[in-house]
Amino acid sequence: MMLTDIKSGNGHNGEYIDFYNAPTKRKGIFKWIFSTDHKRIGILYLVSLLTFFSVAVIFGFLMRLELIAPGKTIMDPQTYNQIFTLHGVIMIFLFIIPGIPAVFGNFLLPLMIGARDVAFPRLNLLSWWLFILGGFVAVISLFLPGGPADTGWTFYIPYSVRTNTNVIPALMGAFILGFSSILTGLNFITTIHRMRAPGMSWFKMPLFVWSLYATGWIQILATPIVGITLLLVAIERWFGVGIFDPALGGDPILYQHLFWIYSHPAVYIMILPAMGVISEVIPVFSRRTIFGYKFIAFSSIAIAFFGSLVWAHHMFTVGMSGTAMWIFSLLTFLVAIPSAIKVFNWVSTLYKGSIELEPPMLFALAFIFNFTIGGFTGLMQGALSLNIHIHDTYFIVGHFHYVMFGGTGFGIFAAIHHWFPKMFGKMYNKRNAKISFALILGGFQLLYFPMFIMGYLGMPRRYYDYLPEFHIWHLLSTIGSWILIPGLILMFVNLIMALKKGQRAEANPWGGVTLEWTIPSPPSFENFEKIPVVEKEPYDFTHYELGEEVKN
Amino acid sequence: MNQLVESVVHEHVHRDDVGAKIGMWLFLFTELILFGGMFLAYAVYRYQYGDFFALASKKLDVFFGLINTLILLTSSLTMAMSITAIRRESKKLSMLFLALTIFFALLFMVNKYFEWSAKFSSGIFPGSTELLNQPKGIIIYFGLYFVMTGLHALHVLIGMVILLVMFFYLKSDVINSDYYIMLENSGLYWHLVDIIWIFLFPLFYLIH
Amino acid sequence: MGHGKNHIVNYSTYIFVWLTLVTLTSLTVTVASLDLGFLSVLVALGIASLKALLVLLVFMHLRFDDRMFRIFVLISFITLLIFLVLTFFDYANIR
Repeated sequence: MMLTDIKSGNGHNGEYIDFYNAPTKRKGIFKWIFSTDHKRIGILYLVSLLTFFSVAVIFGFLMRLELIAPGKTIMDPQTYNQIFTLHGVIMIFLFIIPGIPAVFGNFLLPLMIGARDVAFPRLNLLSWWLFILGGFVAVISLFLPGGPADTGWTFYIPYSVRTNTNVIPALMGAFILGFSSILTGLNFITTIHRMRAPGMSWFKMPLFVWSLYATGWIQILATPIVGITLLLVAIERWFGVGIFDPALGGDPILYQHLFWIYSHPAVYIMILPAMGVISEVIPVFSRRTIFGYKFIAFSSIAIAFFGSLVWAHHMFTVGMSGTAMWIFSLLTFLVAIPSAIKVFNWVSTLYKGSIELEPPMLFALAFIFNFTIGGFTGLMQGALSLNIHIHDTYFIVGHFHYVMFGGTGFGIFAAIHHWFPKMFGKMYNKRNAKISFALILGGFQLLYFPMFIMGYLGMPRRYYDYLPEFHIWHLLSTIGSWILIPGLILMFVNLIMALKKGQRAEANPWGGVTLEWTIPSPPSFENFEKIPVVEKEPYDFTHYELGEEVKN
Repeated sequence: MNQLVESVVHEHVHRDDVGAKIGMWLFLFTELILFGGMFLAYAVYRYQYGDFFALASKKLDVFFGLINTLILLTSSLTMAMSITAIRRESKKLSMLFLALTIFFALLFMVNKYFEWSAKFSSGIFPGSTELLNQPKGIIIYFGLYFVMTGLHALHVLIGMVILLVMFFYLKSDVINSDYYIMLENSGLYWHLVDIIWIFLFPLFYLIH
Repeated sequence: MGHGKNHIVNYSTYIFVWLTLVTLTSLTVTVASLDLGFLSVLVALGIASLKALLVLLVFMHLRFDDRMFRIFVLISFITLLIFLVLTFFDYANIR
């Protein structure tokens, strides 16, 4: 990859048809929903995910509104239970788990490794259809008699085989979504193995690709466990086979083991790709090569590995054996090491860099801040004695949202702002983006930080009502949601406006050096006119130190 | 213009047999882990209810299980031979071996049908009063038995459908001595179904 | 491309493996009728693993394919084993 290529946009001498306008046999919406082009599928996912996200945000908003004061405010307890279940199920299974791999992985993986598409384009389209089907099945329970499930997103036994709400559609929805997730992971691993451009050895891959690779393995090796577990719960409800139901001899704790064998690694499916995004954004806006490339690459694999060994730290209060308790506690502390390696390396990359605080960079820096808080509070829960005190309190809710929203959520926002010009060929209003960032960050802290305090003071999670002593913290938290949500609205309105009226974005508006910046924005249908030959390291900014800027 | 459409539409479909095989293996791992979850459940309950498992196991007919094991092993043999045949360019022989594989699969299902109906007619099925009156360990044993062998039988059925499709691909020369990755991948799936049964057989039929 | 394309396994190899598999099956049935106490489950699983290994290596061509496939298979079996062992840190010590 030559420097001149970066400037001129890979030899497309101005004349090219972008993929939106590339000729296809199909018309209208069919151009999208039956397309096997990875870029179109990525954008399909983006639209579907953001739709589900908006719905789940509304549920979250309603929950917070209910909790603004003790006692009944706007809904009865049963509705509240169903709303927090829906909030969790939609956010987890329909937004954060597919999140970055499905949208940005699909759009960027082939671009970053210099390929024309993923290994199995048709399978890729199938994953999207399964995703939509799973979402539909999960949401349909809203309209069936009995109402949506009220079990929480964890479907704990025995309540999930006893309740009369529609648990089975939710289970089936999650099962199908798991399948979709597996197929995406399978596709990416094969793509990374087989379709790298000539010269792109494993250690010349961008770090986002490494994180997708690690994520793919978790998707393949962990997801089937929850698939079979949820299927067994459904079978239990249908036939009463006794595998989990204690009345027939089953063991509810075994359900929790099986559920968390997947669902703990699943949080790494959620966070690893976000870490990959941060590893892309930080070097570009620091104009420096990433610090400790191999450490970051291997820490992704290490997180995937250790992350699969720690599931029972969700179960410290269920009466496990003492041996299991200390082993899982120890392993939990071990996961902190590769995570911390990443944070140290990002911060070291910033050191003496030439930092530009563009919107993606702001979100990336906020990611590091939030993830550090979320990570440290996670370690607190990994300690056995403290865990007993804060188990199932708002402390957990705070921790989880700091990692998942403050981490992955901010990672997604960073990714949207970073690659928006590449995906749509338009630049958004940066000032509005920065204002929305400030609102989101401020609202986020006010919404979730009080949860640590009230959780530590003993406020249990999932409760509909609470003692007056917690009122002030709930009030603050609800006020936080009133700041956060306008921030989200401003951010999305700003981006949608940019689609219509934004300035045309050049091939490389940020001065990035990975392969996706060498081609025009938006890319042509075949991505690369000629498959590039890779010679340099992925984050080689030596030209910048020599005084050459590559933005255009 | 039309020609451009043609060239563009075809561009992304490239042939990569090794890639296809990687994809298939990755899929097989998900199947393995899927059954693995149930083997984990089996291990936990056998640990807790070992004596009841031995007791309940006596109600299964080892003969049925043994015959089905032999049937599946043999079907694996004919499956593998079918691939060797097509690579040696003997299409007829390959089709014959594949037809035999499908026949054995069918035989397995027939056998399974008789085995299950015998259980049902003696009042042993999930939720039956006969079973619910038994100790909990026995309820769990039969719960696992029906779910695990049932899910395995479902895989045999799916395998049969896939192999049937392959048979017609062979017949119409879609699969040939140069392009046989689809047959190979279907074979991998079929062998995995066999491997699952190799473990199910001793774990359910041979406890004493 | 091209890995494993060159090796065509002979019919005789397959038949030999099949004969071994059948022998192992009869062995496991015979051994099951003996009373070996806690060893019996180990023997049964050992024979089953041996059979699975044969199917993997020969019928599924792992022996003749790229080394990467063997590593992949190993990774997935080890993952399953880890799930099993870690779960039993709970069950084996308490109930």
